[in-house]
Amino acid sequence: MFKFPEIVEIPLAQGIDKIMDWLLVYLDGFFDFIGMIILKVVMAFENLFLFLPWFVIILLVGLAGWKLIRSLKTGILFMILMLIIGTFGYWELSMRTLALVISSVVFALLIGLPMGIQMARSDRTERILKPILDGMQTMPSFVYLIPALMFFGMGKVPAMFATIIYAVPPVIRLTNVGIRTVDVEAVEAAKAFGATPRQILFDVQLPLAKPSIMVGINQTTMMALAMVVIGSMIGAKGLGMEVLLAISRIEVGRGFEAGISIVFLAIIIDRITHSFSESREKDSK
Amino acid sequence: MADKPNDVQIIIKNLWKVYGKDPKRVFQKGLQDKTKEEIQNETGCVVGMRDINLEIRKGEFYILMGLSGSGKSTLIRALIRLIKSTKGSITINGDDITRMNADQLMKFRRKTFGMVFQHYGLLPHLTVLDNAAYGLKVRGVSKEVRYAKAREVLETVGLKGWEDYYPTNLSGGMQQRVGLARALANDPEILLMDEPFSGLDPLIRRQMQDELVELQSKLQKTIIFVTHDLHEALKLGDQIAIMRNGEVVQVGTPEDIVTQPADDYVQEFVQDASPAKVLTAGSIMSEVPVITYVWEGPKTALTLMRREKKKIGYVVDQKQRFLGVITAKELERLLSGEERFKTIPTSSIEVVDTVTEDVLIEDLFSIAPKNPYPIPVVDEKNKLLGRITNDHIFESISNNEGGSDV
Ligand SMILES: Nc1ncnc2c1ncn2[C@@H]1O[C@H](COP(=O)(O)OP(=O)(O)OP(=O)(O)O)[C@@H](O)[C@H]1O
Ligand SMILES: [Mg+2]
Repeated sequence: MFKFPEIVEIPLAQGIDKIMDWLLVYLDGFFDFIGMIILKVVMAFENLFLFLPWFVIILLVGLAGWKLIRSLKTGILFMILMLIIGTFGYWELSMRTLALVISSVVFALLIGLPMGIQMARSDRTERILKPILDGMQTMPSFVYLIPALMFFGMGKVPAMFATIIYAVPPVIRLTNVGIRTVDVEAVEAAKAFGATPRQILFDVQLPLAKPSIMVGINQTTMMALAMVVIGSMIGAKGLGMEVLLAISRIEVGRGFEAGISIVFLAIIIDRITHSFSESREKDSK
Repeated sequence: MADKPNDVQIIIKNLWKVYGKDPKRVFQKGLQDKTKEEIQNETGCVVGMRDINLEIRKGEFYILMGLSGSGKSTLIRALIRLIKSTKGSITINGDDITRMNADQLMKFRRKTFGMVFQHYGLLPHLTVLDNAAYGLKVRGVSKEVRYAKAREVLETVGLKGWEDYYPTNLSGGMQQRVGLARALANDPEILLMDEPFSGLDPLIRRQMQDELVELQSKLQKTIIFVTHDLHEALKLGDQIAIMRNGEVVQVGTPEDIVTQPADDYVQEFVQDASPAKVLTAGSIMSEVPVITYVWEGPKTALTLMRREKKKIGYVVDQKQRFLGVITAKELERLLSGEERFKTIPTSSIEVVDTVTEDVLIEDLFSIAPKNPYPIPVVDEKNKLLGRITNDHIFESISNNEGGSDV
């Protein structure tokens, strides 16, 4: 057997560690600031979800199913799923998980939409971002936990930081694709009438790219849910933590209940965000 | 055409468009005299337009025609700078559009142009009304004013009652009407239309062409219209520029193009065009041999007719307005009768169909057989201008030089 010669080893790992050290020293205040904002937002959602009585939330979810997906059956199904989560005793944890997911998605969109728009506007930006996004999407999700831990320590904030980074690629990608595939003539028409780039963006490109962008938001949300569960490894309280505990204590039943609750949440979130991407039929008089 | 004002509105000088990376190379290397293929092989650049020089007058219906890939779209899009030309200038109302900065360009587009696209280019998420009002919205016109204007133009294009529908609810022809309404709402000086009717069924297409002709007779805008359909070009155009491989090979009136094609390419284009579709009554008519004034006595009229060896006279009043035809036979009958006539009685004048100068020969085919006499040609005030015999018609369509007087 030939052993790979150690002399030719490229010190990438050390290099990255050095950069991390540098960032930690010089950008400490910056990360504190970011962490504070992230925490404020997630706490606001968490407090809201825990403040509202469970039956109000169940009703709201049912209503969302009925009105957005336009099927009373789906609304009732959603309510049953939420009730089951409650009977498992996971109501509070699922609300915390939901708060983590929603606030992560909010941040991911704040970052991802403008980046997607920029990417659509400039071929150069697209050339640079595309391989990075490809890389990010194939990178094992755990890897994001390490820098998050180093910047923010344990808790909700690093979990969300990792979630945001992990979940942002689809919305960037699909915003870009959506805008780039908008009917050329519609854009040219706006240009021909003397529209400014801003008018073109808001009057033509974004509305016509909406279905694609919504698919991106749906994917980002689902990835955020998956990552929030993993984020419990670094101390984000929620359903993921229950699964983790069940694994370490080898309690199959408990793990199964927590797992099922995650699946139910996923179904509800998926169906609701998916409904946005289906373009409404235009009613005509 | 004769009744159009003569001021030139658009001057295109030495205009080039070379697609590809670093297109200026073509000129630096001195390749501009090579053929399109040679340039493409040497540099990988595609010549979209080559050294185009055109003048377009205000109020003119100007057609760009040519085979696919001949550069029609490139040219019309360069006029509004949806494509940036590589070399040369385009002066519109005295301003060179190729030299404007982004801001000037935006303002210039707003006040000068309306554009209609082949695939309509409508915004599917907006109602017909909002689509028609879009150009005005871009200009920052208030909602009330722009909706009022949009309703007005929608009515003009025959879409009253469709304001609240979405484009997808409409047929192709109707969608293109919305496109036209949107362009007209801005009241642009220049209307650009890139194959606006080529996606439509033949019948709808003809109808839209007719309506556009009628609209243009009212609006008198400068229209640049791209088509590869000869009949469309002949029907609509005041001037036609024929393009091949990015070059303009001939410019002329429909009549010029059909009767004097500049080369084989144009010849091939027009070969199935019947002169009957371009030549007008005015261009083939000849002088009326015998004009009979209605206040003349039958005797004078008959004398004049016999002197010219003709069997009929064309009767006009004091203002040269055409009243009808009187035959020598009828005059003889009047003279042989008991009653003595001082002037020609109305009852003796035979009323016949007339045509105006701009009627196409094609349309004479249906009139000629019904008329026992040569067809009188009158102007819009019914003043007698000339007449057309069957011989005139046959000669004009059998002979490409046609239309000379007979
Ligand atoms: N974006 C582009 N990049 C490279 N070449 C182009 C581009 N657009 C047009 N061309 C080339 O320029 C030439 C003129 O094209 P253009 O679209 O102006 O033709 P056209 O007369 O409008 O044809 P059609 O009747 O098919 O619309 C063609 O050879 C075409 O291949
Ligand atoms: Mg074209």
